[in-house]
Amino acid sequence: MARMKFLCDADRCIECNACVTACKNENEVPWGINRRRVVTINDGKPGERSISMACMHCTDAPCMAVCPVDCFYNTADGVVLHNKDLCIGCGYCFYACPFGAPQYPKVGNFGSRGKMDKCTYCSGGPEVDLSPAEFQKYGSNRLAEGKLPLCAEMCSTKSLLAGDGEIIAQIYKERVVKRGYGSGAWGWQTAYKETIAI
Amino acid sequence: MRLGAHLRLLVTGLLLTFAVALAVPAFAQQVNPTADSVKEQQFLDALKADPSAELKGRITIPDGKAATLERPAGRDWRAFHQGTMVKVGAVAVLGMLLLLAVFYLVRGRIRLESGLSGRTLTRFNAFERFMHWLTAACFIVLALSGLNVTFGKLLLLPLVGPQTFTNISVVAKWAHNYLAWPFMLGIALMFVVWIKDNIPGMVDLRWLAAGGGIVGKGHPPAKRFNGGQKIMFWTVVVGGTALSLSGLNLLFPFFSGGVLAMQFWNVVHGIVAVLMVAAIMAHIYIGTIGMEGAFDAMGSGEVDLNWAKAHHSLWVAEEMRKGHVPGAPALQPAE
Repeated sequence: MARMKFLCDADRCIECNACVTACKNENEVPWGINRRRVVTINDGKPGERSISMACMHCTDAPCMAVCPVDCFYNTADGVVLHNKDLCIGCGYCFYACPFGAPQYPKVGNFGSRGKMDKCTYCSGGPEVDLSPAEFQKYGSNRLAEGKLPLCAEMCSTKSLLAGDGEIIAQIYKERVVKRGYGSGAWGWQTAYKETIAI
Repeated sequence: MRLGAHLRLLVTGLLLTFAVALAVPAFAQQVNPTADSVKEQQFLDALKADPSAELKGRITIPDGKAATLERPAGRDWRAFHQGTMVKVGAVAVLGMLLLLAVFYLVRGRIRLESGLSGRTLTRFNAFERFMHWLTAACFIVLALSGLNVTFGKLLLLPLVGPQTFTNISVVAKWAHNYLAWPFMLGIALMFVVWIKDNIPGMVDLRWLAAGGGIVGKGHPPAKRFNGGQKIMFWTVVVGGTALSLSGLNLLFPFFSGGVLAMQFWNVVHGIVAVLMVAAIMAHIYIGTIGMEGAFDAMGSGEVDLNWAKAHHSLWVAEEMRKGHVPGAPALQPAE
């Protein structure tokens, strides 16, 4: 089985935000929720980089560990998903997540955040694959259709890579060797406790 | 005059040229992507000095929290929530339960040695009992629903299954959020009404030194509240205030800061809460099965005169002087 990961090649990201838009449209994400976002570090300074960030589908995911109702689960592809029927909207996953991935549909005083929403790696949720209920709660299930997440699929500079961790790491390695530099696989040490040795 | 102005212009121009000439090579060097690739490792190295650091950038969406690219501090909070919190909670609750069980087996129920007199005096009026039970009832629900957040998935989830456990947890969460308010009111009322009888003094030190009638024989003299009760009062006031403050910050997320603030208040709330649960368990024990006659004080509000004399001798003397003890003349009439 593949171990699905994301890799953002920051030296290629042009901050076009197409991944953000694609994600919102493909999954019909509610207003105010961004499953993916592009963060620009060192903005306007030397060394400026833009990095597209969403749920990294961590190995030994912190959200899964702290959830008081155990609503998270790992798919066979290593994707971290959650069951919205079980989520109580406590906000703990957001406190634990190193990437700020969990989102809530409401502002949230008195713990009224609503059910948590996050990137599903375009692979739906615990409902029957490609069912209307699944789409309504979790959005698209492209993995069930044999496709990769739309954000990465339509990235114009192929900065954002999605797919089996070993394959995308290999692609990235080849790029770095060829062009002679690389910002590294952002988030990989934090999410997967590994880095890509060049 | 004209010459001076020209000279100044010339000097300024020269200095500017010099500054640009100095700056340009440095700038040109820095835009080299090979040399200045901003890597995750550089950030993680920087974190060694400041473990709560966040890597923030600029975003184009309104949610300011999304500007944080990485915040590995969540890992420390996770370690706390899944490790320290569970251990401290288990030790506090089970440890206190064990302690009370051992105490009960060794010491037994603290009996009223002089027997009942049949005459009673008022220890707590209706309002005092109301505020006590208001706080107490809220606390029990808050404690159980709070413990559910840490221990529910370990103890209850395997028993009832995921959907039932979620249903219970949702109700528990709402109960926790809304009963927090009458609880805070109760804490405030008890503080205002009882503080005058809870100022620590030498009597309390002597009471504590003598074992308070809990260990050893006999009861050292005490006023309306003895040393132990004063410790309980201040534990509830200080602990309740800490719970209220941290709880308010959790009720209104991101009011006082970002995720790191939320993690901080969560740690304070969790640790203070389990310590309070342990303290209140001891309080419940001594107020019910632990001591004969104690429950009446908060039950009916009326305590037996002999019980009052044994446990709060100075208070009884005071009440008698004021003529608050029915059937006991305020002053012995001279024959």
